[in-house]
Amino acid sequence: MSDHAQDEDYRLEVRAWLAENAAEYAEPREFPEAELVARSKAWIRRKHEAGYSAIAEPVAAGGAGGTSRQAAIFEREEARYHTPTFTGVGIGFAMTMAAIKGHGTAQQYEHFGTLTHRGDITWCQLFSEPAAGSDLAGLRTRAVKDGDNWVVNGQKVWSSWAHHADWGILIARTDPTVAKHKGLTFFLVDMKSPGVEVRPIRQITGKSDFNETFLTDVVIPDANRIGAEGEGWACCMTVLATERGRTRSARAGGDRSGSVRSLVRQAAATPRQGGSALDSRAVRAKLARWYVREQGLKNFGKRLDEQARSGGGFPATVALVKLVSATLLQETHAFLMDLDEYAGAFSSDAADREEVFYQYLWSSAMRIAGGADEVLRNQLAERVLGMPGEMRADKGVPFNELPY
Amino acid sequence: MLRDQVQALCKEHVPPETLRELITANAPWQPELWRVMGELGLLGAAIPEACGGVGLTYRELAIINQELGRAVAPVPFFSSICMAAEAIRLAGTAEQQARWLPDLATGKRVATFAWAEPSTTLLERPLATTIEGDRVRGPKTPVPDASVADLCIVLADRGGEDCLAVVELDQDAVQRKPLHGFDELRQHGAIDFRRARCEVLEAASGSAFTAALFDEFATLLAFEQVGGAEAALFMARDYSLDRYIFGRRLGSYQAVKHKLADILTALELATANALHAADTLAKGGPDSRAAAAAARIGATEAYETAARENLQVHGGIGFTWEANCHFHYRRARLLALSLGSVEVWTDLLIDALADAANPSQAAA
Ligand SMILES: Cc1cc2nc3c(=O)[nH]c(=O)nc-3n(C[C@H](O)[C@H](O)[C@H](O)COP(=O)(O)OP(=O)(O)OC[C@H]3O[C@@H](n4cnc5c(N)ncnc54)[C@H](O)[C@@H]3O)c2cc1C
Repeated sequence: MSDHAQDEDYRLEVRAWLAENAAEYAEPREFPEAELVARSKAWIRRKHEAGYSAIAEPVAAGGAGGTSRQAAIFEREEARYHTPTFTGVGIGFAMTMAAIKGHGTAQQYEHFGTLTHRGDITWCQLFSEPAAGSDLAGLRTRAVKDGDNWVVNGQKVWSSWAHHADWGILIARTDPTVAKHKGLTFFLVDMKSPGVEVRPIRQITGKSDFNETFLTDVVIPDANRIGAEGEGWACCMTVLATERGRTRSARAGGDRSGSVRSLVRQAAATPRQGGSALDSRAVRAKLARWYVREQGLKNFGKRLDEQARSGGGFPATVALVKLVSATLLQETHAFLMDLDEYAGAFSSDAADREEVFYQYLWSSAMRIAGGADEVLRNQLAERVLGMPGEMRADKGVPFNELPY
Repeated sequence: MLRDQVQALCKEHVPPETLRELITANAPWQPELWRVMGELGLLGAAIPEACGGVGLTYRELAIINQELGRAVAPVPFFSSICMAAEAIRLAGTAEQQARWLPDLATGKRVATFAWAEPSTTLLERPLATTIEGDRVRGPKTPVPDASVADLCIVLADRGGEDCLAVVELDQDAVQRKPLHGFDELRQHGAIDFRRARCEVLEAASGSAFTAALFDEFATLLAFEQVGGAEAALFMARDYSLDRYIFGRRLGSYQAVKHKLADILTALELATANALHAADTLAKGGPDSRAAAAAARIGATEAYETAARENLQVHGGIGFTWEANCHFHYRRARLLALSLGSVEVWTDLLIDALADAANPSQAAA
């Protein structure tokens, strides 16, 4: 059978399975946080049992031993439904797995891969600190070797969904006597360990999706170290590249709410003196420019995926994906409010404005989280264009001799 | 001096902690600041002395509004003083001014101005709200400060002409419904007038009058926006001086310096345009519309950019409730919408310029 015919068979099989198993998620539904987490795990478990969880990963690591084409087909089919998921799932499936696969042992990958892909555990990311965000390598959380264990002390911040996470990926300083990104090591930490305390931070949305995470004499077995001592920075880079590449996944384009096609529809349905908002040349010019960017992202994403599949992961240009999409989100959602003039600043059942408000607020976080706009621009300039880095006061200086 | 006075009052009465408390309590305003402003004569700044005001100019109103904008002050100054009192002053007879203005000047009563309707944009006609005799009927939404106002100036249609009327909101034929808004520090409502008693302001009416009135409102609002933009810009500047990244002050990076310098540039132009609009309106002249539109568009864009980039410069902290960036992030959006969007003012501006360039056609 040809590849194409095989793909078609697989697609039909997946469709039938989803029709039977995902029926309750045919329409979008809102769940309270704890229920969303429970449902997300249950959904992964169900997929795992049917051989649809981590399709392209080896069976020994809890995957289905299939191909990346099959994985892509399943993803596209599943996207027709509103199956439950939350940040902790993506952190586990994509970011954590990339780190363990790229830097850990086969045994670690099999153990944690199985737990994750079976839906037993979800993850949070314990990277950022109050004085170490863009300058992540400036982090101060210390891990000190004690026999077969490490003892960790410090404070992490902006830990998304850590209050619902079973495990965390942690970066800590193990050697302060060398230059700042050389003395870092990567760990997996059980969030139920004594000494882990998660405190919610209220966001401008009113919700508390992220947290401060305090680590006080937390014991981590050396077996849960990923990569060599001092290899932590490389692990972080793997995680961050995966995070940035993911922003695109299944989002850009199409007719979903917030897409430029849907904006065109909404503008056409917005009455203006004797016509619609779409009669305005100013509106048309904006929509056209956004469409070009949106489609650019979608098509660029396809090229990125091809490159990633042919080995070597994402190229450094991946930085532009989040750079473009976050600003696009901000501009288009301001526009959705503008369309309705004064009324656009107020809730209305008809227009689903709460969602527009939320996305407009969220866009401001998107421009910061996981590499802020300015940091991404520096990466494009330095890594892609080969331009020199900024003058740095910290270059090559041992961490414990830095003046601040 | 006036500027310093208002700044000091805002610092004392509506610091950011108070703003957070008000949002949490779902409180529509800070009445204490309002009371003090009334006592000090700030509410009556532009109200004639004969009507219990101080009789100063438009310039003073603008300064006060700029400072309230800087503090995102939750008081109905724009509604009650910049819009409603100005409407009464400009459209009311001497007797009507003497009757309504003194209580607004002291702050004893609060008024608002209802112009927006569900299906028309600013200056689009016909209006769905109509006046017959001494009765007004129709839906007005969104109306700012609707829940704290005692009086409402309603823009309505009377026999095919724009006219303004005063309505006492405390009557059975007036139904007020609170709206849930993006900016919870300036609450709005929907008001349904069901043949409510009203009193028409008889000294001025017609679409040319309303258009000129909105030029004035837009100019005053531009000052509020410019005040907010300046606050956001300096908040970003201060943070960039405190924060160290890669061993350097964040503010020492050219990317940040250029970002803030661009905002400063937009802000200076917007402020200059707002001041020019205020002078032009005070003189009254053919260029008022273009001046007001330029003020409105420049101030809206400056505030929006300043508010967004201030949050951006703060990084993760900027996305937290405890930081103050979100007050401006929300307020900039509300003010961008609250008196005709940039899209609307763009058309008004270009029409005005085209008319000026080709007067014979405009007359036709
Ligand atoms: C919603 C949300 C969720 C998050 N979730 C997580 C999580 O789960 N786990 C985790 O570890 N972290 C998380 N983060 C943290 C995020 O990764 C950091 O906020 C981000 O890296 C920026 O760091 P910072 O907040 O310290 O800002 P800073 O690093 O202080 O940056 C402040 C500003 O300075 C700019 N800047 C930095 N360097 C330069 C330069 N050289 N030139 C010019 N400008 C510069 C930045 O672009 C930014 O605008 C989350 C953040 C958000 C907003």
